[in-house]
Amino acid sequence: MANNETRTKIGTWAGFLFILVWCLLPVVWIISLSFKGPTETAAGSPQFLPKEPTLQNYTDIFNNSDFRDSLVNSFGIAAISTFLSVILATLAAYAIARLEFKGKKLVLSIALAIAMFPVVALVGPLFDLWRTLGLFNTWPGLIIPYMSFTLPLAIWTLSAFFREIPWEMEQAAQVDGATSWQAFRKVIVPLAAPGVFTAAILTFFFAWNEFVLALSLTSTTASRTVPAQLSYFVGPDPFNPPYGQLATASVVVTVPIIIIVLLFQRKIVAGLTSGAVKG
Amino acid sequence: MSTVSTPKAAKASETPKAPKKHVTDRARAENRLGRRLVAPAVVVMLAVTAWPMIQALYLSLFRYRLTSPDDKEFVGLGNYGTVLTDSLFWQDTVNTVLIMLVTVSVELVIGFAFAMVMHRIVFARGIVRTSILIPYGIVTVVAAYAWQFAFSLSNGWVNSWFAWLPWLQQDTNWFGSHWPAMFAIMFSEIWKTTPFMALLLLAGLAQVSEDMLEAAQVDGATWWQRLYKVILPNMRAAIMVAVLFRALDAFRIFDSIYVMTRGAQDTESSSFLTYRQVIEQMQLGLGSALSVLLFISVLLLAFLIVRLFKVDLASARGEG
Repeated sequence: MANNETRTKIGTWAGFLFILVWCLLPVVWIISLSFKGPTETAAGSPQFLPKEPTLQNYTDIFNNSDFRDSLVNSFGIAAISTFLSVILATLAAYAIARLEFKGKKLVLSIALAIAMFPVVALVGPLFDLWRTLGLFNTWPGLIIPYMSFTLPLAIWTLSAFFREIPWEMEQAAQVDGATSWQAFRKVIVPLAAPGVFTAAILTFFFAWNEFVLALSLTSTTASRTVPAQLSYFVGPDPFNPPYGQLATASVVVTVPIIIIVLLFQRKIVAGLTSGAVKG
Repeated sequence: MSTVSTPKAAKASETPKAPKKHVTDRARAENRLGRRLVAPAVVVMLAVTAWPMIQALYLSLFRYRLTSPDDKEFVGLGNYGTVLTDSLFWQDTVNTVLIMLVTVSVELVIGFAFAMVMHRIVFARGIVRTSILIPYGIVTVVAAYAWQFAFSLSNGWVNSWFAWLPWLQQDTNWFGSHWPAMFAIMFSEIWKTTPFMALLLLAGLAQVSEDMLEAAQVDGATWWQRLYKVILPNMRAAIMVAVLFRALDAFRIFDSIYVMTRGAQDTESSSFLTYRQVIEQMQLGLGSALSVLLFISVLLLAFLIVRLFKVDLASARGEG
């Protein structure tokens, strides 16, 4: 038995180390690469760490107005779509978790279908439609589809959270004379805030990460987000990508993710698993 | 878990409380409120998907190139004929299916191992969860760049670190031929999405009763027997949901291919082909036909997985 326990312990330790290396190695790698100067990468530097660490790439990147613009676009578009998507999802999830109404199944099926929708299939028709409507290469042109594609996840996460809320409190409020709407706004919203926050994080991750639409529905840095802008980074030599600058830009867009993960890991895990646990 | 039917059960116990006439009034009001609350979300979800999809269906019947809009001509199902008889389309479909099968199976195995470690670990839980969320949260494009550079001939460490492997040389050009390039793409995908799989499986593991495991151990079941007879059957729902979501996600692969090879060395996926036709070639008619086919494939795939593995999405997602 003792032997077995030791084995389990060693296995867990080995697994722990493996997970850390798996998850962090590529991140450490791009950070290391971001400190390699352009001369070093142009000459070819297969070693992991920079020979002469330099901040050159960081200066270059932040002096690059296209990159700065795309960073602003990324933040703005992700924040606005998160905000709007979470509001709509909160309303819908409340109805799904709490109210009995016709068409509930239909709403859930639509959400499921959209979660599985191949985004690329939309590129053509949306490209055409957005040009007609004047939404091509604008913030709303990306915000609207981002809302549609984050709503399913937000609705699921929120309705799972909403089921855990002590609803007697809502009934108590209704007994005290509050309408359904007042009970929703005054009692449930504060209780549901943690769930809403989790849904917001997951939605933000999606919008921050999205690439296909950002690439197809934009044409300038008026609305192009960082993931799409990265593919427009070209160094002096077209056959040799500007490794250092790309790595630096990658580090810059990864920093917000790391901060969010460090602060809210518990909430994110709860949100991701909330839907799958039941059953 | 007992929460499966909570919403309905709560409803059922709640409705009969009031007198009968009152119920219908309240039910009607509730029905109205419910619909009003879901309406905005439904409208937004459909506006960007259903309408453009109908548009795509219509456009797919025309020869329509954005660069020469006056040449728009009705060709019936001609575009579909063109696509379905093109070898490139089939090559890309094979690539996509292959990527899906390989990445999802590898992720399932590694993800399960990760979930086991996270489940068993007593120390540093926070550190493990934080680090596992980083690949999940990282931008896919960034992950693809990180691995492209790691595999790079002039600036990558993969070749020098793993030069002891018999099939690897210092000068192996990963993006110079089909299979190594496919390997690099799949590797990047697996790295990025295994944590998601692991977290879903962890949720399933948490539901396997410890008592049952202990009982099995007392009865002399080996580790493998416990895994196959107790753990896996009891987390079936979680596994199926994870597989369904990851498989459909993997089938839509685009970002990593765009970044790592731009489709060179025959590494194009169906999504990439559709994108290239529409945006680069401006072939809206042909591209729309591809969009429709892609949409149908995803529907078919979802249907197949749900049927084949009998995934009960309703119960798995906690919807009664």
